[in-house]
Amino acid sequence: MSIAVALNILTIVAVSGGAFFFLAGTVGLLRFPDTLTRLHALTKADNVGLGLIMIGLLPRVAWPFDALKLIVVWVLVLVASAVSSQLIGRKLWRGGDGS
Amino acid sequence: MNVPTILGICAAGLIGLGLFSLIVEPQPLRKILAFNVLGNGVFLFFGVVARRGAAVGLFGDPIPQALVITGIVVGFSATALAVALLLRLFDETGSTSLGDDAQKESKSERADS
Amino acid sequence: MTIGVGFSIALGLLILAVAVFTIGTRDSFAAVVAFVVYGLLLSLGWMNLYCPDVALTEAAVGGGVTGALLLNACARVRSEKTSDFKKSPRWIGRGMAGLLCLALSSGLVAVVILLPNPAPTLAPEATRSLSATGLGNPVTAVLMAYRALDTMLEKVVLLLALVGVWSLASDRFWGGRATFGHLPEPDRPLIFLTRVLAPVGIIAGIYLFWVGADAPGGAFAGGAILSAIWILVFFAGLSVVPAVGSLGLRIVLSVGIIIFLAAGVAGISMAAGFLAYPAGFAKPIIVVIEVAMTLSIGATLGLLVAGPPGESLKP
Repeated sequence: MSIAVALNILTIVAVSGGAFFFLAGTVGLLRFPDTLTRLHALTKADNVGLGLIMIGLLPRVAWPFDALKLIVVWVLVLVASAVSSQLIGRKLWRGGDGS
Repeated sequence: MNVPTILGICAAGLIGLGLFSLIVEPQPLRKILAFNVLGNGVFLFFGVVARRGAAVGLFGDPIPQALVITGIVVGFSATALAVALLLRLFDETGSTSLGDDAQKESKSERADS
Repeated sequence: MTIGVGFSIALGLLILAVAVFTIGTRDSFAAVVAFVVYGLLLSLGWMNLYCPDVALTEAAVGGGVTGALLLNACARVRSEKTSDFKKSPRWIGRGMAGLLCLALSSGLVAVVILLPNPAPTLAPEATRSLSATGLGNPVTAVLMAYRALDTMLEKVVLLLALVGVWSLASDRFWGGRATFGHLPEPDRPLIFLTRVLAPVGIIAGIYLFWVGADAPGGAFAGGAILSAIWILVFFAGLSVVPAVGSLGLRIVLSVGIIIFLAAGVAGISMAAGFLAYPAGFAKPIIVVIEVAMTLSIGATLGLLVAGPPGESLKP
């Protein structure tokens, strides 16, 4: 099995896994009872999903600069989603409306 | 049934939806949202024309793309001015309604410019 | 039906569904959030149409900065009651409006299906003079060389909108600082995010503007990212909004138009006419104009979100 076929299989498996995790996170968003649990489902599942999709896409792009750009995007999304879920959590902890 | 035609039908639908909401919705903030939906639908229509003009190795005709870039920025500035007017009206009267039935007399008597 | 067509159908249906939710939902906050999602899905649609410059500008301006503006507005008018409004038109009014919009949409669908084949295009003309401008990206060439007058007038429109927003301030606040409408005390995570994101964002904005000469990008996308970073810095309380009356701010805002006009007038004497570039010097002049434009656009978009000057609750 050549390296190209192996990388193709890696891409397909990783992106499918990532898509499944995003789907799971969305199901959690729709089905969980209140905002804190939804936040938990969203951040955990979406971060794993994003990581898997990035791993699946890395073999597809030209090394090094395009791959580095993908990794920078990954880190930025991680930081932004971490901060925004912290902000939402803090607001709820202080007693904002829990809708 | 190719990609530009499908997105062109989507753009036509967006224009109709935006115009309907612009006419029917009484709240000005929702009217501003509808105006933006309508404008983005029109820009998507331009994009369909741009894509169909792909030639000489380019993926799309660049002239409609430049028009849309200009349009997006101008549309944003119109939205910003509309929102500033909306917020000023809210600060003065306590409500964003444009009709006479919501004028609050206590606020309209302020000695303010 | 290939995968590409299937993806476009799914994307088109998704965009329509989000638009229907935006205009149909009763909660204004949900409508604004759905509008931001709509902007991001639209930039996916632009990529599907192979227009990356427009996709970048739509994601930055349409999704990002407009979203910030509308969320700010929605938070401030949250306290009003919907009972203040006269009811939306009766069924006959809605029916007639619906019929009008249905007719309009059907007409546009017919136009899309009946568009001429082969499609008329200006792409050959656009690429013919591309080497003379020294640019590699035809969209940038259209914006900065072929239709430079439109771009300059658009900058003027931006500045006029900003003057309009400023003029809504009370007389006693004229010359003061814009307040974004009394922002709450920033949380520590937001300050952390801003400290991490600001350098990256500035580099990203400058990179987008610089690479727009030969690849997708350009002054508008770069300027929009710079303005987004500036707004984030204000939200985090790490910097104070400059006063409306300060000379430095006014110079930064107008430097784009001034340099554009200067290049245009210089073109009368040195080249064919107004806004014509002398042969061989086109690329350097375009780059200088774009630098000034990116700065002005970043400042103007940020200040448009900030709103008119008002009184600040902070001491």
